[in-house]
Amino acid sequence: MDFNLTTEQEMIRDMVRDFADKNIKPVAAQYDEEKRFPFENLKKMAQLGLMGMNIPVEYGGSEVGVIAYSLAMTEIGKACASHAVTTSVTNMVAEVIHEFGKEEMKRKHIPKLCNGEYPAGSFAITEPHTGSDAANIKTAAVLDGTHYVLNGRKTMITSGEHAGVTVAWAVTDKSARKGKGISAFVIEKGTPGFSIGRAEEKMGHRASPLNELIFDNCRIPKECLLSREGEGFKIAMMELDGGRIGIGSLAVGIGFGAIDFAAQYVKEREAFGQPLSKFEAIQWMIADSYTELEAAQLLVLRAAFLKENKLQFTKEASMAKLFATEVGRRVAIRAVQMLGGYGYTRDYPVERYLRDVIGTTLYEGTSEVQRIVVAREILKR
Amino acid sequence: MEIIVCIKRVPETADADIVIDRTGRDIEKGGLVFDINEWDNYAVEEAILLKEKYGGSVTVISMGPEEVNETLRRALAMGADQAIRLTDPAFEGSDGYTIARVLSQAIKPLSYDLILTGVQTEDDGYGQVGPTLAEILGIRHAAVVNQIEGIESGRTRVHRELEGGLEEILDLELPAVLTIQTGINEPRYVSIMGIRKVAKKEIKVLGLRELAMKPEEAGEPGSLTVVEMVSFPPVGEGAQILEGTMDEISDKVVTILKEKGGVA
Repeated sequence: MDFNLTTEQEMIRDMVRDFADKNIKPVAAQYDEEKRFPFENLKKMAQLGLMGMNIPVEYGGSEVGVIAYSLAMTEIGKACASHAVTTSVTNMVAEVIHEFGKEEMKRKHIPKLCNGEYPAGSFAITEPHTGSDAANIKTAAVLDGTHYVLNGRKTMITSGEHAGVTVAWAVTDKSARKGKGISAFVIEKGTPGFSIGRAEEKMGHRASPLNELIFDNCRIPKECLLSREGEGFKIAMMELDGGRIGIGSLAVGIGFGAIDFAAQYVKEREAFGQPLSKFEAIQWMIADSYTELEAAQLLVLRAAFLKENKLQFTKEASMAKLFATEVGRRVAIRAVQMLGGYGYTRDYPVERYLRDVIGTTLYEGTSEVQRIVVAREILKR
Repeated sequence: MEIIVCIKRVPETADADIVIDRTGRDIEKGGLVFDINEWDNYAVEEAILLKEKYGGSVTVISMGPEEVNETLRRALAMGADQAIRLTDPAFEGSDGYTIARVLSQAIKPLSYDLILTGVQTEDDGYGQVGPTLAEILGIRHAAVVNQIEGIESGRTRVHRELEGGLEEILDLELPAVLTIQTGINEPRYVSIMGIRKVAKKEIKVLGLRELAMKPEEAGEPGSLTVVEMVSFPPVGEGAQILEGTMDEISDKVVTILKEKGGVA
């Protein structure tokens, strides 16, 4: 048992904190208000090595491990959830292509994801009629000679309109048992027959678009298939396990962002002749919030440690994501409460943290899906 | 171009609640976050820019306990080539003069064309180390440098920031000490790739003996100044809080300034 970070991990955390404080935090409220995608910051973050943190150096990654990745995501989350989720998904897309893509695909796309030439990557499973029930997708891919032809519609795809490359899931064998006939494909932006539809009007994560993707007789070379036909659902579930570490980490960051602000505020704001921080009601909110956030971070870091050491981490990642996002939400609500009426206004950042953190309990598997995963892993023993 | 940069790890105090410690001669540093002195960060960046332009190497030197390795490693990750840490219990309580003296002992055996320091430190803020170091080494110096035009045949042209927006341009023979002003460049962030290269890099450690110094030459005994006490400035009086809309407040400000004779 060793809770110490390595020098490298500490240095990465400090660098990301410093970058986020100076470059992300100052623009977060404005980008949220304007629904502005942070192109410039994402490019800078790519150059710092934040987009391919588990990708080998030969493909342009920084290969620094899952723990450092988790720490970085928490620091970005403290400043802005939209920046954080975009980074998380781009990392995940680079990883899935690296793990399952053919060499040519890897050489073509991974360096561009890592160096920021692609502003983002996107990961497309969800369809209008199915979210949590991911094996129920209807988008179809039919082999026609040297090409697959895709038809169907995706929805709620993070960074869809900005992604240089999209990994999309489609049914290649309708007759197969549920989940067994699905395959994953790598699709470049601008491929004929692949277009971007509307972006959702959302409560939070407003600087990160959720798009509709439309496949209308979209022809892609056979080589765009990841792994083999029928492996798609398994690939998706594996990648989402890793993705959940990223989301848990950023949710911890959102929670810290909210309570750090509120804890400072209550030292300065007075009521009944003394600072709010002198009231026990406020102190307990602070104590509970930091206790729960630190517990959440330990769960997240344990899942990261397991993945980094190539051990089983499915259950632990789901537990971490479930707990971290729900703790983050609880803490953000307390932060609003600590600021009182001001907490409910856009003059202070805590309402944005609350709007943002609610999203984390929904994407990459809702809290309910995490509970399904955790229970299934426990009961199968 | 061989460049040495002297850097310091300092507590960040801008947003912190400062408490004076029990000795009354310093502040409580326990709960504070430490980072590279802001001026020094610009000096490191400037050294790396010069190295990128003229070739050569950059050596960073700092005085202090093991935690200072973090600061040195950060400079290595930015692009410095070697790092040296000066540490000894006898260095405790050194003033600007003694720090310059210890640094000079470390620097003497090295070959160098330029020595950069920050103009001053965020914590003590004496602004003495750079010029004193130049005097001890017997070389030229320029303080508050906000531009280095270039280096040619053993000379450099630098701009110094003077009071009232004036600027002075100096031509110096190398080697020289330049104390670097903030804003001279835009310090880079260290990349993860840079961090990975230096996380395990060895940092040379030198103490009193290696520097051929006697205990009485360092720390408090060797210092020319003694801090007797630190205190908070008295809370000022007479502040007037203006209320109203932005327009009303600005009207009031103008009125008050006129009354006090500040605006014709």
